[in-house]
Amino acid sequence: MTEQRNVPMGAENIDYMTDTRPIAADETAPGCKKRDPIVVAENVTRSFGGINAVDVEYLEIPRHKITALIGPNGAGKTTLFNLLTGFDTPNSGKWQFEGNSLAGVSPYKVARMGMVRTFQLTKVMGKLTVMENMRLGGSEQPGERLSKALFKGMWGGREKEITAQANVLLEKFKLDAKKDDYAASLSGGQRKLLEMARSLMVRPKLVMLDEPMAGVNPALTQSLLDHIKNLKAEGMTVLFVEHDMNMVRHIADWVVVMAEGKIVAEGPPQEVMKNPAVIDAYLGAHHDVDLGDAEGIKELAAELVADKESIVGTEDAGIIAADVVATEPDEPQARKKDIE
Amino acid sequence: MDLGFIFSSAAGELFSPTTAAYALAALGLAVHFGYSGLLNFGQAGFMAVGAYGFAISTLTFGVPFFIGLLIAVVCSAIFALLLGIPTLRLRADYLAIVTIAAAEIVRYIVTTNQLTSVTGSANGLAAFEAGFYSMNPFPEGSYFGMNNRDFFIRVVGWGLVIICCTLVWLLMRSPWGRVLKGIREDENAVRSLGKNVYAYKMQALVIGGVLGALAGMVFTLPRGAVQPANYGTELTFFLYTCLLLGGLGTVLGPVVGAMIFWVVLSLTQGILYGLIESDAVTWLNTVQAGQLRYILVGVALMLLMIFRPQGVFGNKKELAFA
Repeated sequence: MTEQRNVPMGAENIDYMTDTRPIAADETAPGCKKRDPIVVAENVTRSFGGINAVDVEYLEIPRHKITALIGPNGAGKTTLFNLLTGFDTPNSGKWQFEGNSLAGVSPYKVARMGMVRTFQLTKVMGKLTVMENMRLGGSEQPGERLSKALFKGMWGGREKEITAQANVLLEKFKLDAKKDDYAASLSGGQRKLLEMARSLMVRPKLVMLDEPMAGVNPALTQSLLDHIKNLKAEGMTVLFVEHDMNMVRHIADWVVVMAEGKIVAEGPPQEVMKNPAVIDAYLGAHHDVDLGDAEGIKELAAELVADKESIVGTEDAGIIAADVVATEPDEPQARKKDIE
Repeated sequence: MDLGFIFSSAAGELFSPTTAAYALAALGLAVHFGYSGLLNFGQAGFMAVGAYGFAISTLTFGVPFFIGLLIAVVCSAIFALLLGIPTLRLRADYLAIVTIAAAEIVRYIVTTNQLTSVTGSANGLAAFEAGFYSMNPFPEGSYFGMNNRDFFIRVVGWGLVIICCTLVWLLMRSPWGRVLKGIREDENAVRSLGKNVYAYKMQALVIGGVLGALAGMVFTLPRGAVQPANYGTELTFFLYTCLLLGGLGTVLGPVVGAMIFWVVLSLTQGILYGLIESDAVTWLNTVQAGQLRYILVGVALMLLMIFRPQGVFGNKKELAFA
């Protein structure tokens, strides 16, 4: 077992998509050890004024897995992102990436080590074209040094490689038709895609996506989910913040739950979502109910009627969507017949 | 009113050494503000450092022309580093505050009476251009109505403008320039892609500052004198006017902007003075007319910003999403 940990993963020729070995080294608990961690954070704290925005005792991110970071608004997810990537400095603690300590390392060096992030508020260079945005992500371009910038012969070759790499990614992300447009002309969802594609230009080992699905339309979400899954096949590790539980369920191998700056739970998605601490802190007791259709609302109404704690004030005060609940009881049956 | 004279003197401004100096300094601002988003409000300070660096090293230390030039360039690079080290880690507005203050500090230092022996105080320095004109390859005579000295300084000044424009154009089409433009748009995004933003901003600040220093020398050589009053804050704002007239993120913009600026100034002066002399305008004296033309330049700039905000050469598409 110990021998296996020391062998580099690439040498074993494992298909990361179907790798079912356990993620945790021993038992699953908040702050547990992983079989093969890529990021290890210890006692990382960050306070703003008197508020402890992040207070993580111990956290390991498993390599070659997709890890979701979830939690209510203000739980410190984005702050943790900033701390891990060097955009913010913690008040205390140690954290490392592939065994290299990241304390005091500036953000651009963190990115060069292979840990690339996106931002919750999408950052695209509006007055550069989509293609130029992508090229900006390209690494090891000698023409980015002032001493070589004047001579196209010294960077033209690498530029062609970068452009080819960018074209492949743009096609994957369905942005190839837009490549000569200014990035500012893209819609919010397209900007999310561009930012993600651009971060992949760096060829990172760990991609950190801050709410990659916010504002992306459902049809695109599906293909984006596939892209993220495929990153794993290419040997990358993904850590993402997301509020969409369906997405978390679909693609995450591991879920870390934060609340008030602390890690309150972690584990495989199915287990974490049953965890009472997670349900209380984040999901809510009725998170399985779909409020999008009448059935769901009725179901919720029935649940709420049964739940004594939910009744506050007068009897009728809290009834949701009264018109939906009040429709004849035989209507659902009629509808079922129609379907049959 | 002699319209022919008014137009010919306005046309003369097109290629005057002062226009070349403004074009160079505005090109430096284009590197700072247009391409990198660095809000430098102290370009006059960089010009002063260049002009005084050259004049003092020539007069006080008696160095040859090219050594003086080198000293001026090195001084402006050091000035840029001094300004950049504390401020480039901060937001853009801080650089604006620091540069405008630093430019004033330079002006006050060279005006100080205690330093009269070196800087000449408010009277400035003169008679340092002999080394330059001794290199004049043109024999005496008339060149397009100019004497050989005037012609030489124009050839050198505009030659320098062409060389610098080419260099800036080459730099800005390179991946290096792309990183700068990225920084202008969003420096954190560029950081997240593994680029050392601080180093890029410093390089841009130094390059633009060196262009400013060269401009200071081109400005001062034909005058044969350098005076602190020439390097006040308003000079920086004239340079920004040139830059905005021509177009922010362009190479030719600052050059054409400087030409427009000086032609408009010269035309309005000629026409206003002509009208006053011919008694067509009686409610204005020549002193007021001199000030009125700057008002007219301001109005022209406002009209331009309203109807063609991207400047003469700017790309309209870039502004559609501003």
